[in-house]
Order: sequence, then structure tokens, then C-alpha cells
Amino acid sequence: MERLSSRTSRRSVLAGGAAAIATSIAPFSIGRAQASKLKVGVLLPRSGPQAQIGIDCQRGADVAINVLKAKGFPELEFVLGDTETNPQIARAQAEKLIDQGIHVLTGCFDSGQTLAAAQVCEQKGIPLVVNIAAVPSLTDQGYKTVFRNFPTGPMIATDAFQLQKELYTAAGKAPKTVVMIHANDTFGASQADAAFGLLPKMDMPYTFVERISYDPTARDLSAEIRKGKGTNADAVWFISRLNDAMALCREMVKQRWEPMGILSSGPGWYEGQFLQNLGKHGDDVVSFIPWYDPNKAMSKAMTAEFTKQFPNLQLNTNHAHTFEALLIASDAYKRAGATDPAKLIEALQKTDIKDNVTVGPGVKFNEKGQNTATRCSAIQNRGGKTPTIFPAAAAEVKPTWPMRGWDKRA
Amino acid sequence: MDTVTLLNVLVAGLLTGCVYGLSALGLSVIFGVIRIVNFAHGEILVVGMFMALVLFRWIGLDPLLSIPVVAAVLFAFGYLLQASVIQRVAHLPEHMQFLLLAAIAIAMVSGCLIVFGPDAQNVQLDYALDSFAVGGLIIDKTRAYAAVAAVALAAALLAFFRFSGTGRAIRACADNYLGAQVVGLNVSRLYAFTFGIGSACIGAAGCIILLLVDVHPYLAPGYTLLAFVVVIIGGMGSLFGALLGGILIGVAEALAAEMIQPSLKSAFSFALLILVLLFRPQGLLGKAGR
Repeated sequence: MERLSSRTSRRSVLAGGAAAIATSIAPFSIGRAQASKLKVGVLLPRSGPQAQIGIDCQRGADVAINVLKAKGFPELEFVLGDTETNPQIARAQAEKLIDQGIHVLTGCFDSGQTLAAAQVCEQKGIPLVVNIAAVPSLTDQGYKTVFRNFPTGPMIATDAFQLQKELYTAAGKAPKTVVMIHANDTFGASQADAAFGLLPKMDMPYTFVERISYDPTARDLSAEIRKGKGTNADAVWFISRLNDAMALCREMVKQRWEPMGILSSGPGWYEGQFLQNLGKHGDDVVSFIPWYDPNKAMSKAMTAEFTKQFPNLQLNTNHAHTFEALLIASDAYKRAGATDPAKLIEALQKTDIKDNVTVGPGVKFNEKGQNTATRCSAIQNRGGKTPTIFPAAAAEVKPTWPMRGWDKRA
Repeated sequence: MDTVTLLNVLVAGLLTGCVYGLSALGLSVIFGVIRIVNFAHGEILVVGMFMALVLFRWIGLDPLLSIPVVAAVLFAFGYLLQASVIQRVAHLPEHMQFLLLAAIAIAMVSGCLIVFGPDAQNVQLDYALDSFAVGGLIIDKTRAYAAVAAVALAAALLAFFRFSGTGRAIRACADNYLGAQVVGLNVSRLYAFTFGIGSACIGAAGCIILLLVDVHPYLAPGYTLLAFVVVIIGGMGSLFGALLGGILIGVAEALAAEMIQPSLKSAFSFALLILVLLFRPQGLLGKAGR
């Protein structure tokens, strides 16, 4: 009897475990399918190391629903997928979402995960409107179904160099040496490659003294900062994610490393959680990133709805680019007049949106599906806010450069 | 590399290694006695971190001072878990035990997600970003505290198992299960007690690690893996083996990061693991044939 009892228990446990696993990986849909709605698969890292950013991107999608409806765009129905911060899962989830009947896919925040999803979309003929992913190969490999409104790594690096020139000229002080510390994932490596490749052509006042790559999921990043500090570089340039950005900044304070400035061309250093958790130690960091243009009409509508839905959060690029990806999908559906993927792709190729939210003249794709006109901004952390400092036309405050010492902050 | 840099690297590696060792002590305690591999180790650690976070936010209790509370609650949790659930699969093949503990781990992560959400959260203490400077040597204050706590915890556990009656009874169960039953020891209760001690130990480690790392639910698998590597290198079931394993990994990673490339430092800890498995499979301080 005891043995029988234990077998029964084991089955129960196994069934429970299987149910838990199935529940954890199953995407869920919002609302019922209706013929008039565009069914959009929103594939993001909702769990794993990038969970916070994936969930942050979803906020941009949630804001898009009401804003686009108010602006007269067709209604959207979301089918949510979770990449679990893993390219293999991203591929499987993309297949699953397509099997569930989505008309267009958007995502995936991370370059590696987006590349995996893009392969599936290309095979199945479903359009992929990328929200955030910078690796050049995503649009360089000739896919017909991929449309990206986010700048590539080289575009971000080029803008970062140009915006730095403006910063150094305005501040009257430039570093002579810079150390690059970057995550060794697809995004970090491609961005670092782009920066190192472009530096000789950009006529910058400095040289890179070292390139330090690290695992963004590492528990301890003290060695990375020790090595960076050991280079005695005038400034440090990070390409990081969120959790590692917080750990790196703390280590800089602990190891009393006070370079002329902290530069960043990736996520993490400007995000709400970073600002909240680091407090005054997070100030003065300058990020060169794709951002939103607060002066555009669509941006104002997005900001108003975002503030209404998330009064305690600050609008950032995760929200803006996910919002804009849905704007692009919705605009294409409006013009195509049908959910047929081939017609949607045709409409996406002819996209020409002027009333958008991100920096630049608007949204228009080249023959590879890349918007080459989208631009970056330089923003600086200030007391929990992230005002724009460059380009000068969009500047909200004057830059603080060099950065203040760790013990010289109020 | 100059002497000051080398000294900084070695001290940082030593302190980080003590933290690694601390995070693995609970796994070593549980495996050393019950012979159950606790695949929910990292999840219990994360729950301990969240408990310390809640105590800090509610009543401003420093995570170091919250150790007794967190350890007591997790002792009760571990005791009940072993007595009511794990005990039932102790005689089953190891993969069955794995499935049960993996299910418990998933449930714990999901519970943390429901209650705390996916965001990384931390405690902001006055001394969290402080460091001691001795000449060119910079010592992270919180890591130094964590290292002292790790050594003290290991010494306290060793004293408990060596000098207390309950500790000796637990060791008797570990050494000879049948013999312990024959002499009238309540093995089931002692096993539950041991799982409770192991969980309390993990909870204490969680409180200390909260000083160094932001807590979020997905932190757990990384710490489970780390604990496995540490105890396999140090010797399964050996308390000071766990500390030694942690220190070896900490120093190896620090040296590899400084001399080669930080992104390769994990490769060195796994290389160390492979070497130990090849040449001393019982671990550096483990007993062969157990």
C-alpha cells in the first residue's frame, strides 16, 4: 500500500510539473479573433535575464492599442510569446505564433532572438516588423519579410561618434583614450565591432586602448571593472544590458574608478530601474541611443497615453520603438486592406510614415527592409530623469562633462 | 601585471570565492547527509533574498541582521518540505527526485514572479558601495563582510555537527543509515532537521548575497549551477570543501579575467571542474567511495 501510495503521489507530482511547464511556456492571447482586427504576434523576452526589458517593451505595445485606435488605425489583437531570453526558444515560439494564425510578428528586442525569429518568418512568409535589434545581418541577408525601423549597430556607432564630437566641442574637454567594455552577446559584439571599425574614419580625438568583453549574465563583474580601471583610460564606453549595467556601475563606485565620463550605446544605463536602483551614482552617464522625438504629434499622443497607463514610469526607447513597430504594422494593414501576409509585405515595402515617434524624418524602408533615416540622440541621466543633450536642436539641458566624482554628488 | 594589481586581483578573487562558497554550503549540508541533490537550491536562495528585501523595506532591517529571521523561516520550510514531500521520493531513482525538486523550483520561481514581479530589486544601504583602501589595495566592504560571514557560518555548522548531540546523530545517519535506525535514532526526523538546517543556511547566504547582487526571480538557476560546481570541486558533503571550492573558482576567475579576457572566466571555472572530475572525482576534500 505504501508503495502504491508513493506511485500515485509521483504521478501527481509529474502531472503537476508538466502542467506547470506547459503553463509557463504557453503564450496567451488577449481577446478573441475578429475579422477586422490585425492579429499581431508580440514576441519578447518576458522571462530570463532580459525579462524586465521585454516586459518594458510590452508597455509600449499596450500604449499603442489605444493611441492607434484614437488615430483611426485598424484595431490590433495581440498574441503574446515569450523567448525566455533564448534564441532557440524564440524560433520555436515564432513557429507557434504563426501556427496560431498571426498575420504579422513583432519583436524581439534582442538581436540573436530576432535573427532566430526572422528565419522562421522568412520560411513561412509572415512579415516581421522588428521593434529593437541592431545586428546588421538582420537586414543585410536579403530577407523579404523583415522590416526594421531600429538603427543597425554601425548606424548607432556612427551617431554615437558624431554626437560625442558635439559633446566634446560644447564641453571644451575631450578624452584622449577610451576603453570599451561590452557584453559578449550578438548585440554587444556587433556594436563593438562597428565602433572599432568606424573609429579610424571618424576623426575622433581619442583612441581605444582596450576592448573588454564580458558575459552579461555573470554574477560578478568586479574583474571587468578592475581590468578597465587598470587601462587608465580617460573615459569608458559601455555596451550593456540592464542588470549588468547596474552591477558595472556599482563596481565602478566600489573600486573608486572616476574617469572623465561614462558613455553608453546600449540599453541599461538610462532605464528606470537603473535610475531608481543607482540613485545619484547613476547620474551623468551619457547614452547614445535611438530615442523618441518629443516634439512630434504622435509622440505627444504616445506620451499622454503612457503617462495615463504608467504614471510612475518614464517613457524610454523600449516603449517608443515597440509602439512604432505596431504603428508600422497597423499602417501597412490600413493600406493593404487585408490580412493576407503577401499583401501586408507589399504594403510594408511602400511604407512612408511622417507622423511617427522616433528621431529622424519618418519611416521608409530601403530594398533590404531597413529604415536608414532613423537617428539616435544623446541623453544624460539627471536626478532620475533622462533629458536629451544632443543633437543641439532637440537638447533639453546642457551637458555635464566631465562627470562629477562619486563623492561630489548631492 | 604589477604587484599591487596582482594583490588586488587575488584579494578580490578570495572574497568573491568566499561568497561563492557561502552560496553552496546549504547544498553540501543536504547532500552530505540525505544524499538528495537539491535542484531547488538556487530558488531557496532567491526566496531568502526576497525575504531579506521585504524585511528591509518594511522595517528597515539590515539584511545582515535579518539572517536569524530568514534562517528560522526557511528552516521551518525545509523541515516541512523534507518531512512531507521529499521523504516520499527518497527511495526512488535519482531522476524522479530531480523531477520533484525541479517542479518545486518552478513553483517557487513562479510564486516569486507573482508576488515580486520580474524586476531586479535591491537594498540601498549606506555602506553598500563602500570600500577599504590600504595603499593601492581596494577591498570591497560588503564582500569582506560576506567572506567573514561565510567562514563563520561554515565554522558554526562544523561545530554543530561535531559537538552537539543532534549534530552527532545526524552524522550517524549519514554514515550508516541502517545502523542509525538500529540504535533507535528517528532518522526521518533527523533528515527533516538536516534539510531544515540546509535551507536555513541557504537563507542566510541569500541575506548576505543581497548586499552584492540585485534580486529577481530568474537569478536562481545560475546559483544552483554555481553551487554544483563549487561542491563538486570542493567535495560533496564537505563544508570546508565548499568554501575551498568557492575560493578556487573565485581566484581562478579573477586571474583569468585579468590575464586573458573576462568573458572567458566561466570557462576556467568549468575547466577546473573537469580537472577535478578527471583526477579526483570525489572532490578536493570529499571522501572516496561515499
